[in-house]
Amino acid sequence: MTEAKIKVDDLTIAYGDFVLMKNVSFEVKKGDVFIIMGGSGCGKSSLLRVLTGLVPPAKGDVMINNVNFARASQNQKDEVMRKCGILYQSGALFSSMTLAENIALPLQQYTDYSDKLIKELVSLKLALVGLTGFEDFYPSEISGGMKKRAGLARALALDPEIVYFDEPSAGLDPISSKLLDDLIIEINKSLGTTIVVVTHELSSIFAIGTNSVFLDADVKGVGGLGDPKELLKNPPNQKILNFLTRGKKGNA
Amino acid sequence: MLKFEQKASALTIEISGDCCHYDEEAQKEKIYASAQILPQINVTAKNLQAWDSTLLALLYELAKIAAQKNKKIIFSGLPDNLQHLVDLALKVDRKPSLPDDSHGDWIEALGAWGLNIYSSVKRAFSFCKQVLSSFGRFLRGSAVMRGVDFLFALEGCSYKAVGIMSLVSFMIGLILAFVGAVQLKTFGAQIYVASLVTIGMTRIMGAIMSGVIMSGRTGASYAATIGTMQVNEEIDALKTMGIPTMDFLVLPRMLSLMITMPLLTVWADFMGMFGGAFVGVVMLDISPQEYWKYSVEAMNLSNFLVGIFHGFVFGIIIALCGCYYGVNCGRNADSVGVATTKAVVSAIVLMIVATGIITMSFEVLGI
Repeated sequence: MTEAKIKVDDLTIAYGDFVLMKNVSFEVKKGDVFIIMGGSGCGKSSLLRVLTGLVPPAKGDVMINNVNFARASQNQKDEVMRKCGILYQSGALFSSMTLAENIALPLQQYTDYSDKLIKELVSLKLALVGLTGFEDFYPSEISGGMKKRAGLARALALDPEIVYFDEPSAGLDPISSKLLDDLIIEINKSLGTTIVVVTHELSSIFAIGTNSVFLDADVKGVGGLGDPKELLKNPPNQKILNFLTRGKKGNA
Repeated sequence: MLKFEQKASALTIEISGDCCHYDEEAQKEKIYASAQILPQINVTAKNLQAWDSTLLALLYELAKIAAQKNKKIIFSGLPDNLQHLVDLALKVDRKPSLPDDSHGDWIEALGAWGLNIYSSVKRAFSFCKQVLSSFGRFLRGSAVMRGVDFLFALEGCSYKAVGIMSLVSFMIGLILAFVGAVQLKTFGAQIYVASLVTIGMTRIMGAIMSGVIMSGRTGASYAATIGTMQVNEEIDALKTMGIPTMDFLVLPRMLSLMITMPLLTVWADFMGMFGGAFVGVVMLDISPQEYWKYSVEAMNLSNFLVGIFHGFVFGIIIALCGCYYGVNCGRNADSVGVATTKAVVSAIVLMIVATGIITMSFEVLGI
């Protein structure tokens, strides 16, 4: 049986008295491309912030690589996060640094590699995301799609076991969006990286997702779990069908 | 583990076992040097177990050398995913067009510098002209300025600045009195400390200290706020909505500082005089009545008005510099810091220049 990289158990996320979601449980297996999907305001990004340790859960456990992330010390969290990469919606590249400096930063911080090897790794990571030769460019000098790819190169710098993507298709044209989806699949297959994607782009969901959780704002929790293609074939409820068919079949 | 062998016709590299964190610089240098000169590179993987990006980086560098030098490279026995990643890294979908950072000769550089200065001055004058038009619209009652923005700006540079203004002005008066007392005491004329502090603070020091404090406090805040709006495309949104940026952003700030700076200058004058009195009475044993008498004698309306006029001019300078650098801020986080620094430095430099001009002019006019 494939090991679970992430295990979320009876999770509640709340901001003060406002409960955003409760009783959320799911598992992300090693090598999965796991989609967190749902309508706007259902808490997808909040769930991602909990999974990446930016927001503590109000209740429940989040196990990442068998470490209870919800109760771990900051040092343990840092240790876990070193094996994770995150691609933020905007790329979140440091604007005062070149792309090479952005990608080199985690390598300089967490490895004792020589400068030459770091330079080679930077060049490799940029090549893997199709940005060969862009080492000396600043984020302001490249397009939105390229920023996302450079952000992905930085996320991959330390050969992470898990990579999180926050709305990777947001703001991209269909071709760039498709190229990024292809890249996600390539990385998943070639490096065996577990991928967690927060998105509501149906084309991406069906193209890359091998497993998913559907968050329902009305029930403040999980509305469905499983392979998105299977969920489309056998929807457990009307809301998922509505979501996965843009309401075309759901309202029929 | 990685072994390599150099023959006359080919470089042969054998990889086996675990090959993680491969950072043998000396060995890599030899491999790259051989790859440059030999016609063929053979990479063979036998029982390769664990590997990571460091091995992939080596293979990618070798593949690049082979491509650049037109050499043959043969990978055999590589795991499918590793081979796939090497292929992916070599599959470049677009070539960058590098930004032109070539520098010409010194005459060209000097010309470029001159043109840059010219365009900066032109931009600054154009900004001042737009501010004047906006002020004209305000006087005619047609400026697009929200009253609440003006009140917020007024709040930020009025009573909220009084605390720090009081402390700094008090200390300046105190320092002025100390420095003066050391010299005056040698002539037994320490009583004139009161006159020295009163004239110094009311004519110029109060205004200068208010200007320096407000440029660091309020001018910097204007540049940072408007600069962040530029980064967040809020200024673009204003422009596309047809709302004049000058009316909406610059005018309320400018008016607030024009109103509050003279008032803060008067307050700074009195706090400075109070600081001087503290030294005179407590440390120089001058009686409070006597200190008061000499202070009142030294105080005259023209000195006061000169100080207030300085404050008014400094208010305009601080608002102009803060708003100018904010509006002309770049579109990244770094630019906001640069804009803020430039706003403060330029405001202080311009205030000193303005003080020189005003002092000379008043001297000529006999004020």
